[in-house]
Amino acid sequence: MFRNQYDTDVTTWSPAGRLFQVEYAMEAVKQGSAAIGLRSKTHVVLACVNKASSELSSHQKKIFKVDDHIGVAIAGLTADGRVLSRYMRNECINYSYTYESPLPVGRLVVQLADKAQVCTQRSWKRPYGVGLLIGGLDESGAHLYYNCPSGNYFEYQAFAIGSRSQAAKTYLERKFETFVDSSRENLIKDALFALRETLQGEKLTSSNCTIAVLGIGEAFSTLDQETVQRLINEFEVVGEDPPAEASAAPDQSDGAEPGPAAAAAAAAADDDDQETPAADQGAAPMDI
Amino acid sequence: MCRTCVAIAGADYCVIAADTRMSTGYSILTRDYSKIIQLADKSVMASSGFQADVRALQKVLAARHLIYQHQHNKQMSCPAMAQLLSNTLYYKRFFPYYAFNVLGGLDSEGKGCVFTYDAVGSYERVGYSAQGSGSTLITPFLDNQLKSPSPLLLPAKDAVTPLSESEAIDLVKTCFASATERDIYTGDKLEILVLNASGIRREYMELRKD
Repeated sequence: MFRNQYDTDVTTWSPAGRLFQVEYAMEAVKQGSAAIGLRSKTHVVLACVNKASSELSSHQKKIFKVDDHIGVAIAGLTADGRVLSRYMRNECINYSYTYESPLPVGRLVVQLADKAQVCTQRSWKRPYGVGLLIGGLDESGAHLYYNCPSGNYFEYQAFAIGSRSQAAKTYLERKFETFVDSSRENLIKDALFALRETLQGEKLTSSNCTIAVLGIGEAFSTLDQETVQRLINEFEVVGEDPPAEASAAPDQSDGAEPGPAAAAAAAAADDDDQETPAADQGAAPMDI
Repeated sequence: MCRTCVAIAGADYCVIAADTRMSTGYSILTRDYSKIIQLADKSVMASSGFQADVRALQKVLAARHLIYQHQHNKQMSCPAMAQLLSNTLYYKRFFPYYAFNVLGGLDSEGKGCVFTYDAVGSYERVGYSAQGSGSTLITPFLDNQLKSPSPLLLPAKDAVTPLSESEAIDLVKTCFASATERDIYTGDKLEILVLNASGIRREYMELRKD
């Protein structure tokens, strides 16, 4: 994307029918450090990379509790994310004050999307520069949604956003079919594996990641450092490969093009990475 | 005025009790309605008066506590909740909550604390308190039994009662048994909450049903 004469205002269409300011806002999401979400029928796990702006500072908070049954992980402009989290918390509190029951996630997600849309249609506003992965429970079970700065929202089985998220998405695409019936522990392990993909060579420790879980019968909570380190040690002791490899074989896409697909996968990842465990030759990188 | 609530603070515990009768005029609406709510880890509120206002007040405080937890990442302390309750009541100074409250809990040192309120938020930390229709019957009795924290010897000799937890519970049961005899609005069942270092405990005692 290059500068052009249609990208000054959010209220200016380009001749091709695009709103460049909105698309630039989505670029801001890609600059933020990675955030990952996965869900099973009963649990949702949110994980994110803790990036500190310098060695002297502490890392920013990217996972927020919205209510007992809803949590959010953000990527992009953390300030925008903080403000939206406050909005979501207030909505949940007001809803349960009025209706004496928890706000269904689907409702919250739509309210948030409408709020984001307003910013794409006012000349005196700018779109929010943050992508939100919202995990929550309602009567039909566990859900994971992604809210864009564009005002769109999508439901996912698993998703990753932020920088180097493509590596995580590749991993998730391979494994996502097992998530539906996954146990809570395996879901967390998969989240850690996916997170490790985004670190691309850097060692995964409990100090550079944050994991949060919520589920049926389990209120939203962030795992403490010891638990996370213990889980990391467990799977690193076993070896490089992820556990319960039911789908270790290359996936559905044609085995006939391992070469170009592997090259494409390597190109999609930012750096050349020798540690990616047996990168699936046939896996097609996902497009947004 | 409906119901009776009592709270007694001890060195490392707090007892809050209220009866469970809800009445209007000379009729009983229900014999089994709890007026006690746990607002935070270490704060429990018992209220007498107009129950719709009591319920609304409980909901407002619960919502405010949630916001506090989101912002501060911890539970509200009992003295903080006491101030919040006072501010919430005074906020409606010109259309008050018709609620007469007693807030009990443990302070940051683990000592029992009791705060007593009027309908518009005037409050004070005391060693014991009674509110509601039976308060006029119970307060003089508590003044007599709990001599040292009584404000009648000004200033109070002890901030809290030197009684043990079980003695305080027995005292509360005696208070209600007597108040039930003479006050028509008090009776049916007594609900007692005990807060101490190991957590919170609920006890019930039957009262006269007439």
